[in-house]
Amino acid sequence: MIGNFDFDVIRRALPYLFFEGMRFTLTLTALAAFGGLVFGTLIALMRLSGYRLLGRVAGIYVDFMRSLPLVLVIFWFYFLVPYIGQWLTGASRPITVGAFASSLITFIMFEAAYFSEIMRAGIQSISRGQPAAANALGLTYSQTMRYVVLPQAFRNMLPVLLTQTIVLFQDTSLVYVLSITDFLGAASKVAQRDGRLVEMYLFAAVVYFVICSAASFLVRRLQARIAIVR
Amino acid sequence: MIEINHVNKWYGPSFQALKDCTTSVAKGEVVVVCGPSGSGKSTLIKCVNALEPIQGGDITLDGVKVNDPRTDLPKLRSRVGMVFQHFELFPHLRIVENLCLAQEKVLGRRHDDAVAKGMKLLDRVGLKDHAKKFPAELSGGQQQRVAIARALAMDPIAMLFDEPTSALDPEMISEVLDVMVDLAREGMTMMVVTHEMGFANKVADRVIFMDRGEIVEDAKKTDFFGQPRSDRAQKFLSKILQH
Amino acid sequence: MGTGTYLDLLLSGLVVTLKTSLLAWIIALISGCVIGVMRTLPSRTASWIGFGYVEFFRNMPLLVQLFLWFFVLPELLPKSAGLWLKQLPNAPFWTAAIGIGFFMSARVAVQLQAGISSLPRGQKQAATALGLTTMQTYRYVLLPMAFRIILPPLTSEFLNTIKNTAVAITIGLVELTGEARSMQEFSFQVFEAFTAATVLYLIVNFIVATAMRFLERYVAIPGYIAGK
Repeated sequence: MIGNFDFDVIRRALPYLFFEGMRFTLTLTALAAFGGLVFGTLIALMRLSGYRLLGRVAGIYVDFMRSLPLVLVIFWFYFLVPYIGQWLTGASRPITVGAFASSLITFIMFEAAYFSEIMRAGIQSISRGQPAAANALGLTYSQTMRYVVLPQAFRNMLPVLLTQTIVLFQDTSLVYVLSITDFLGAASKVAQRDGRLVEMYLFAAVVYFVICSAASFLVRRLQARIAIVR
Repeated sequence: MIEINHVNKWYGPSFQALKDCTTSVAKGEVVVVCGPSGSGKSTLIKCVNALEPIQGGDITLDGVKVNDPRTDLPKLRSRVGMVFQHFELFPHLRIVENLCLAQEKVLGRRHDDAVAKGMKLLDRVGLKDHAKKFPAELSGGQQQRVAIARALAMDPIAMLFDEPTSALDPEMISEVLDVMVDLAREGMTMMVVTHEMGFANKVADRVIFMDRGEIVEDAKKTDFFGQPRSDRAQKFLSKILQH
Repeated sequence: MGTGTYLDLLLSGLVVTLKTSLLAWIIALISGCVIGVMRTLPSRTASWIGFGYVEFFRNMPLLVQLFLWFFVLPELLPKSAGLWLKQLPNAPFWTAAIGIGFFMSARVAVQLQAGISSLPRGQKQAATALGLTTMQTYRYVLLPMAFRIILPPLTSEFLNTIKNTAVAITIGLVELTGEARSMQEFSFQVFEAFTAATVLYLIVNFIVATAMRFLERYVAIPGYIAGK
């Protein structure tokens, strides 16, 4: 089998794999990470707000999302988003939502749960003495947060947030179950069409591996630098 | 019993932790090692049972060369007891199990014999009633006495103490020192890293003073306390005896 | 078809999910344990092998790893072995368990390494000073404590294993999510099917989390406060 490994299949498919597939994957990752961060912050703030009900609602949402397989959540949203759209816009029938929009919403809602937990842990990792010391100096609550707690918390959680983004990048491959042409979807389509499963899947694996290894190497370096500063 | 000849040790390429250290501990002798923090005294004592490797020189223990790759280190270590600054009892094992583990796994003693031996030693350090407890349920002083009993359970030919009272609250220091004094008076060969000069005065035969990885002074107890020869030892003594 | 049959289908999917995740978890624990220990050994070679292993299994999406095991591996083997693999009855099940098991083993290894490293250095020295060999030191002193410390993160890794079995629908494993999905295709009762599957996942989560909390309490050491 190694003997008739066909590099040419890969070479011919390159433009399709990267300009169609990888572009989709990277766009989805970037937008989902951004949206997840925004909603994740909101959820974390709700949980730490001190309002019982708000905290409880946010907590249930996070636990719920984290109990379900991402694949099931992808199916759920693919099925539900048209109805939610209908409800939001007041249309008479379920609206049609593109595969990209549907998966973007899915990943934002799903990642928000994970991001919020990272941020909550980051904020709680600051020792209680720190806000106490800031209060003793006469800083208000918002000043304490702004100048003392959040800068330290952000530094603690930045590497974890980035690692979670690498996980997100890998997880976007699961849109395969909706037959969407992300990077893996593109590789799979070529593989099926040309009957070249070995070449295409090995190539996809190498590409993912190189990107993720490089990214996690950078995260480790960042982590080391932060550790020295501290 | 313990021979240390021209020992050199580096951490990494640039930091020399031990510089040409030479000394010895005879059978039945009690030697106290003191010196400022970072002087290499803990490193030296950990080299004796090869917890730390050395890069130059020789260490022999009861005629066995420690830094010889052919030496059966586990067997050698099982013949030397060691007591640590932070006790290092095994937190998941009951007190009596802490005393039995190495007796059974290293010496191959039967469980009943190990328990009997362990209970005898616990009685000796005054902690027989605590045998079924876990380490975290005991005070620091009690834990350190258990640690001494654990080392003694192996019937060691010599005992190494690495700052055994430094991590203790002041009111617990004497209960540990009392056990050590008894041990010294029974003729146990002991090498003790400590700042407790009272202990040194009471039972030590010799005192070694270390600074920056070197053995600066190695003298009979009376000579050391009477008139230390080096400035550095004098300064050190005046600092710790001030209080 | 009546509702009874639907539920039967979902329950049989749940059984597949549980079987697959249990086998995967056993693989993950055993190889994760070996690799995690290797990463804490003083030997440079051992820790590099451990590092390479973890990087390999962590830096590819699970889906891609399953494709490699399922589609690529049989082609790379000698012809007869490859044929045997392809004709294996229940191939999706074995592939999923092995693929997910190795994927999770890297995560178990990382947790265990962190747990061992969090123990005071003196523990290893004390065991060594008593004459225990490296094997004995790990077996009787380091691992019992390390596993107690990492029990909470291990619980969530086990839950992740259960959730990850859903990825195996891509290689034809009909587990819980797969059953719900196929009911959608055949019966249009999407909402009911997905809701039932969701509820089943929540129940499994609850049971596992509760059981692990009991286990944590059972192995807790009197007087010992983690991180002290």
